[in-house]
Amino acid sequence: MSTVTKLPSVDVLLVGFGWTAAMLGQELTETGLKVLALERGAWRDTSTDFAVTFAQDELRYYWRGALYEQPSQSTLTFRNNPNQTALPMRHLGSFLPATGVGGAGIHWNGQCWRFLPSDFVARSHNEQRYGRLAAEYSVQDWDISYEELEPYYDKFEYLCGISGQAGNLQGRIQKGGNPFEGTRQREYPNPPLDMTYGPELFRGAAERLGLHPFACPAANMSRAYVNPLGVELAPCTYCGFCEKYGCGNYSKSSPQTTILPVLMRKSNFELRTHANVMKVLKDSTGKRATGVLYVDAQGREWEQPADLVILCAYAQHNVHLLLLSDIGKPYDPVSGKGVIGKNYAYQIVSSVDVFFKDKILNPFVGAGALGVAIDDFNGDNFDHKGLNFIGGGYIALWNTNGRPIETHLVPEGTPKWGAKWKRAVIDNYLSSCSISTHGGVLAHRENYLDLDPTYTDVYGRPMLRMTFDFHDNERRLSNYLTDRAAEIGRAMQPREIKINGRDGAYSIIPYQTTHNTGGAIMGNHPENSAVNRYLQSWDVSNLFVMGACAFPQNAGYNPTGTVAALTYHAADVIKNRYLKRPGPLA
Amino acid sequence: MMSTKKSGNHNFNRREFLGAMVVTSSATGIASAVQAFDKKEMWQPDRADVVTPVRGDKYIFFTDDEAALMEKLVDCIIPPDELGPGAHQMGVTFFLDRQLAGDYGHAYSWYMQGPWPEGLPSQGYQTRLTPAMLYRSAIAAIDKYCVNTYKNKFSTLSISEQNDVVSALENQQVDLDGVPRKTFFDRLLQNVTEGYFSDPIYGGNRNMTAWKMIGFPGARYNYRAYVTKHGEKISLAPVGIMGGPSWKAKA
Ligand SMILES: Cc1cc2nc3c(=O)[nH]c(=O)nc-3n(C[C@H](O)[C@H](O)[C@H](O)COP(=O)(O)OP(=O)(O)OC[C@H]3O[C@@H](n4cnc5c(N)ncnc54)[C@H](O)[C@@H]3O)c2cc1C
Ligand code: SF4
Repeated sequence: MSTVTKLPSVDVLLVGFGWTAAMLGQELTETGLKVLALERGAWRDTSTDFAVTFAQDELRYYWRGALYEQPSQSTLTFRNNPNQTALPMRHLGSFLPATGVGGAGIHWNGQCWRFLPSDFVARSHNEQRYGRLAAEYSVQDWDISYEELEPYYDKFEYLCGISGQAGNLQGRIQKGGNPFEGTRQREYPNPPLDMTYGPELFRGAAERLGLHPFACPAANMSRAYVNPLGVELAPCTYCGFCEKYGCGNYSKSSPQTTILPVLMRKSNFELRTHANVMKVLKDSTGKRATGVLYVDAQGREWEQPADLVILCAYAQHNVHLLLLSDIGKPYDPVSGKGVIGKNYAYQIVSSVDVFFKDKILNPFVGAGALGVAIDDFNGDNFDHKGLNFIGGGYIALWNTNGRPIETHLVPEGTPKWGAKWKRAVIDNYLSSCSISTHGGVLAHRENYLDLDPTYTDVYGRPMLRMTFDFHDNERRLSNYLTDRAAEIGRAMQPREIKINGRDGAYSIIPYQTTHNTGGAIMGNHPENSAVNRYLQSWDVSNLFVMGACAFPQNAGYNPTGTVAALTYHAADVIKNRYLKRPGPLA
Repeated sequence: MMSTKKSGNHNFNRREFLGAMVVTSSATGIASAVQAFDKKEMWQPDRADVVTPVRGDKYIFFTDDEAALMEKLVDCIIPPDELGPGAHQMGVTFFLDRQLAGDYGHAYSWYMQGPWPEGLPSQGYQTRLTPAMLYRSAIAAIDKYCVNTYKNKFSTLSISEQNDVVSALENQQVDLDGVPRKTFFDRLLQNVTEGYFSDPIYGGNRNMTAWKMIGFPGARYNYRAYVTKHGEKISLAPVGIMGGPSWKAKA
């Protein structure tokens, strides 16, 4: 290997430059400190990388992954349980992490949720109400409450210009909003998106069943918006090339459309692209990070010293870096001891396709977060007595797209090829839609991340190894949600429905969600968690770890609202407490 | 990344190359990969990272024998009928040829290092064959199966015999000479669907006929006027990235 060149030190070093790093860059440059972000991928912006003249390219962006990380450069190994041999995920499938400036903030849907107050006390709340959890579920409380995070949820929603309707405004339930949500102090910055036909039919059916439908909170603009940083976003055009694509229209909130135009111009901010961080460096005590080692596009190695290092590389990449840097004790599934890699979780999804005889739904008029949902069966919004599971998920009719390679629903019993398949695709394309269920996943003793003993990446480092499967709680939960979704589907009075339940082992192949959580969880004690409630490493106090890896288990919502709230909460504490007196905060 | 982007050099895509150039020309000599966008306007002319259209009419990946089989095979998957053209007439064979000749065929972005144990269904693609070699090996094995079973190559069988072969492939009854059977068949269905429905810029979906058949208006970018027109048919002729008939100037 080549020699390592040492660079001049910076005050704050951000590893990765996606959603969480952009937020922190903006917050921490306000202190006047010199902030440097190291991003392994390329610069990306709207006009060069996904302009309206060529962004609508299904093959290029989704199926060939133009915006995603490339497994040839970065991947992990996977198995369902500790008795199997993990093998590399050779091409992407189940989840689609990003590489490049903006991270997955470019190609996300923009479904921007808050977790429920009870989600943050998942163990104590559920045990109090339903009795002890089975020992295999390593569920923990978060050591932070919804009320503490509320101002930071609000801050992110206003940064993004979320379109939505409050359901609980200062304790008063609002008609048309989500009545189950935690109390919010003010309305969403923008009204809900206009609804297409499919979500409206879902709303009607759900109402008839006595449920509580509402317009989903969306990072797609329902009108022109100027955010608190002065950055302008344009009204969404419902182009239907949203999730898995970049928005050519400046209508989807992303680092590029909400923060970067301001942050990139600051003289105390610097971004280096093609800077792939290999590991965090520590001093001889092992208790202080001295900076990071990174490799540039030519393969040269650089030591970048910093006073404060913050990992913003996405959930499992942050965990990988901690393991490679030998920070914190790796989790051991046999003893249940150790913290790094502990409580990896995910999302459990299912769907019910709905086919109409004589209704035209025009699925291609869509947006990443356009939809109507019910929250009646999420978290502890319903009585679980006798159900044999805890937690839940939302049920929604999203109208995200009609991109035909991905979206061509066919009825039950249709062959997979041939004349009958062709006819079914043509007959049903315009008149079908799909209800999805979005279940939470409990932490389980045998779901975890560690280093693979066999496979290495292009830099010769051991790959991250993911051991994950759904367990009884999720399977029951998902069956329950799927049954409820089928009831709503039938109440939409279609010609027929098709139920796509969730059974068999978790598979790394079909896309499910990019909601990977856990592995560097937060908690109230170094014995049970990797970071404290400020996302500060218990072991190395000048190291913070952002992202959904901090979730002790996963709730029934998409993660980014909560990821952002935790990030802003940490930023506040870094600015107002840590920088004044660096050291352990908890 | 994109097969159409560069010839041969698989180390950098164009964006990465731009970035890397800045590193080497950096005046300070330190790892300043900061590009020209830093603190300047983010929009720059002539920098859009667009794809190059697939052109030509000759196969560059498939041999004549392979093409003969593939042209019939894709038509079993999506046959011509009274609803519209089959996959071959839509350019799907040609699309596959260019995909397999390019980055996709060579698994450019995939992790392709061993060891190579068989793997469980939940672990996905676990063969050292790239998609290009997967097709090449499977095609040879399918013809061998047809000669053994029907005394003829696939392309000369009757359509009903061809459909029987595809059913046998689907049911994993055909020995593919070491090619994982399900992996191949799943990929075949996926890639044919891609060729049928992707933008014509990649050589398939000729004249956007597949989009017309289902009623997808293509690479449009603004449906605001249609959002609340519930239940109404939207009569917009499709456009592709390179335009469409509706773009022609009026006489
Ligand atoms: C298709 C898709 C749809 C989604 N939809 C939703 C949704 O609707 N709602 C929702 O809440 N969430 C959604 N998400 C998730 C959302 O995108 C993430 O939660 C969010 O982007 C996480 O922010 P982050 O900063 O942790 O990671 P990212 O935004 O991904 O940024 C991480 C960055 O770090 C870089 N990096 C990684 N490793 C290194 C290294 N070693 N050195 C240097 N740089 C490195 C990466 O290249 C990347 O740019 C979606 C994700 C995807 C992929
Ligand atoms: S649907 Fe709206 S927000 Fe999404 S990419 Fe299209 S214009 Fe942008």
